Amino acid sequence: MTRNLPPALRAVLPETILVLVLVAAPLLLPPLGFSYDLLSRVLNWGLLGLGFDILFGLTGLLSFGQAAFYGVGGFVTAYLLVSGKVASVWLALAIGTAAAGLFGLFVGWLAVRRIGIYFTMITLAFAQMAYFIENSPLSDYTGGENGIAGVPQPKLGFGESALTISAGLPMYALLAVAFVIGFALARRIVMSPVGSILLAIRENTPRVAMLGHDVSAYKLAAFVIAALYAGLAGGMLGSFQSYMPPDAFSLETSGQLVVQTIVGGVGTLIGPLVGAAIWLWLRDNLQVIPGLGALWKLVLGIAFIGLVIWLRRGICGEIIHRMNKRREAAAVKAAQARTEAIELSEAGSAAGEPASEPAPVTVRDIVLPLAPPSRGSGDVALATSGLSRHYGGLKAVDDVSFEIRRGTIHAVIGPNGAGKSTLFKMLLDEVSPSAGEVRLFGERITGLGVTRTAQLGIAKSNQLNQLFPNLTVRQSLRVAALARSRGRMKLDLIRRSGSLPEVEAQVETVIDSLGLRERAETPAHILAYGEKRRLEIGMALATSPNVLLLDEPLAGMSPVERLATRDLIRSIAKSRTLVIVEHDLDAIFQLADRITVLYEGRLLADGSAEDVARNQAVQDAYLGGLHS
Amino acid sequence: MPSWATLLSQAFNGLALGSLLALVSSGLTIILGTLGVLNFAHGALFTVGAYAIFVAFQYTSSFFLAVAMGSVFMLVLGILLERVIVRLFYDRPHEDQILVTYGVGIVLVEVLRNVFGSHAQRVPVPSWGTGVTEMGFLMYPTYRLQLIGMVAAILLALYLILYRTSLGLVVRAGIENPGMVGILGIDVKRTFLVVFAVGCVAVGLAGMLYAPVVAVSPDMGATFMVQSFVVIVLGGLGSFPGAVVGGLIAGEIISITSAFNSAYSDVMLYGLMALVLVLRPQGLFGSEGRV
Repeated sequence: MTRNLPPALRAVLPETILVLVLVAAPLLLPPLGFSYDLLSRVLNWGLLGLGFDILFGLTGLLSFGQAAFYGVGGFVTAYLLVSGKVASVWLALAIGTAAAGLFGLFVGWLAVRRIGIYFTMITLAFAQMAYFIENSPLSDYTGGENGIAGVPQPKLGFGESALTISAGLPMYALLAVAFVIGFALARRIVMSPVGSILLAIRENTPRVAMLGHDVSAYKLAAFVIAALYAGLAGGMLGSFQSYMPPDAFSLETSGQLVVQTIVGGVGTLIGPLVGAAIWLWLRDNLQVIPGLGALWKLVLGIAFIGLVIWLRRGICGEIIHRMNKRREAAAVKAAQARTEAIELSEAGSAAGEPASEPAPVTVRDIVLPLAPPSRGSGDVALATSGLSRHYGGLKAVDDVSFEIRRGTIHAVIGPNGAGKSTLFKMLLDEVSPSAGEVRLFGERITGLGVTRTAQLGIAKSNQLNQLFPNLTVRQSLRVAALARSRGRMKLDLIRRSGSLPEVEAQVETVIDSLGLRERAETPAHILAYGEKRRLEIGMALATSPNVLLLDEPLAGMSPVERLATRDLIRSIAKSRTLVIVEHDLDAIFQLADRITVLYEGRLLADGSAEDVARNQAVQDAYLGGLHS
Repeated sequence: MPSWATLLSQAFNGLALGSLLALVSSGLTIILGTLGVLNFAHGALFTVGAYAIFVAFQYTSSFFLAVAMGSVFMLVLGILLERVIVRLFYDRPHEDQILVTYGVGIVLVEVLRNVFGSHAQRVPVPSWGTGVTEMGFLMYPTYRLQLIGMVAAILLALYLILYRTSLGLVVRAGIENPGMVGILGIDVKRTFLVVFAVGCVAVGLAGMLYAPVVAVSPDMGATFMVQSFVVIVLGGLGSFPGAVVGGLIAGEIISITSAFNSAYSDVMLYGLMALVLVLRPQGLFGSEGRV
């Protein structure tokens, strides 16, 4: 039904619906037990929830401490107004919001380096600390357990003609306007390049770092955005109920926000608002019924557990999911059928039956518009000296020095456990060496970390796929392509994610070279195995690296796919330096210009393919015979 | 500067609070260490323990009998929770585990509120624990001294279970490397069940022993839960000795600080937690990387 709308309207459809609902709500809902005051409080919680949903729903970071920023915003605003330091409610709101953002910057800077349980506990600890600081040491300013009473209402206009926004419908209208603006902004953030990267962080954090995005900085951005929303909501809370309660800082506030968001639907932006409507409606209306007064929270708690177990998407999330499913069911089914067909034909060809003629592979010249691989000069692209990595007594890599010449295909081979993967991880500083160093065009890169080395132009495709399971092929490649073009961190929050022409051109080129054109809109987890392997390589390629490291690119592929991938590798190598770890020695001797052989962590041989093939020690290592 | 007598009596208060925190936290930390689940229902389980002894004492009028009945109840409750809910979440993200246990906590507290009301209930100090004890240098409430002794005995029992039985060996191995334990053919799921139940009994016992000292109300557990988070961060996530030492440190910090200025006791505690998380995230006894 939305398809028939003009594109300009379709783009703002959620905002339009939201405005209509918010206009209709005070007309239709009061008879159902939603007073203006209740609706205003729902909007306030919804505003707080917008930021939380960007942090938790989009980025996947569960904070149990949003009360800290809600409280800071609220108390700074209330104190400034009641003490008479600031006369304008609007100015006080702005300062309060900024204060919450600053506090968010501080807490977030400490919190985003930790993940999972640690992250949640840090946010909780700081929120408790803020609560007790408000309660006692700062009680001269905050009123301690009494809070701050008599917070003035905002005025529109100046002087005599100024219009006070009083409680009831006017206050509802003000909060509705704030919420709509907040919602539109949040949606722009979700659809911006930053939003794409935050989503990718939730899907697979290490891979985002490996592509060259500064994960901590982006997480911090999400954290501060959430704190700003919380600060604004807190500031408005005091103003609309003429009183700033100390509960704003309490653990219950953070917990209520979490529950409301889950009930309403995480990752939907509107979910926290819906959850708040349910929570507050239940509390206000069940509490007055004798005998049921204390039951409302029990009912809510049981419903919450049920939602977490069975309907993790929450109410709005489930509705959106069902609507999309009906629309996209055919597409998903088709994609899955295609996957099965591909896997079937591969199984056939792997079993030796010539299921079908191998499709003629057209070798394309890959011209990547971004970051031409000409950075740096000199003949040696990558060099290691004395590179070692020890795990306890085990010397996984021991004193390895070799050079990779610019523009060559350089293979690293060796029996299982020779230290190839560990060596590879040290080449881009994914693993830091115990000793020795790696130089890229003569510059030391050891110790820079995987994000900086990616920005310098080293990319790696992994032995085990590191994909973004729920992102489509195009979205995944876009996240990769955004890395080199935007640098480690850029806060383009309002721009649309697909609106950078050079990035899109890059993405399209890579899609074609991977042969994934018809699968561009398919989520990564639905792809066939061989396609996933190609996407893995494609994401590294989309960053437009100077040096591309491929860790067992052919592993697990069918013979047909091996051929296709080998051609892909050859065409990639035309414009950049390639380093390959691979067990398929036939492929290696056909592809590689130079070969380095590792054996038990040490360098066994290093030279041209012919030299290495003739080397007696190499033959012994592979055949297992050792001279005595 | 407070007097030495005040400081000394606060130090004893810190010991009582600290030993209690140690017991609460050891339950939390063995569950976290073995199952990988941060149990946000832990505070509610503390409250359930306090109400369990409140009810049991009314029927038995014997403190120890009530504690025994309460422990059996906590064991059954723990088994039920693990079987029905927690088990579904072992393969789900940490965030979901936190969410569902937080929900369980809400439900437990609200059930108590609906059954017993919001007002405070009292559990009497057992007859052998009334009055004060003259220790020569300090007069101190007898039951609080006995509380420290009883908690120490329970912690010793937990230590023996964890370090002297084959179950304990599996649990400690599971903390080190959960995958390997499964590969070795040990029934991990059964170990999880036992550990969760033992953790519930531990925190329930803390609630039971603490009940005579305070007013029993549905919301009494929240503070203890958050403080026990601080304790396991101090001690290192999943570390039993860390929980014991961390509990004592936290108890003393709260008590000694309030001898100087009670306004700062909680601020100090959470400030310390923040400091540890930033500077030494693995805590005093933990090794980073487990969680």
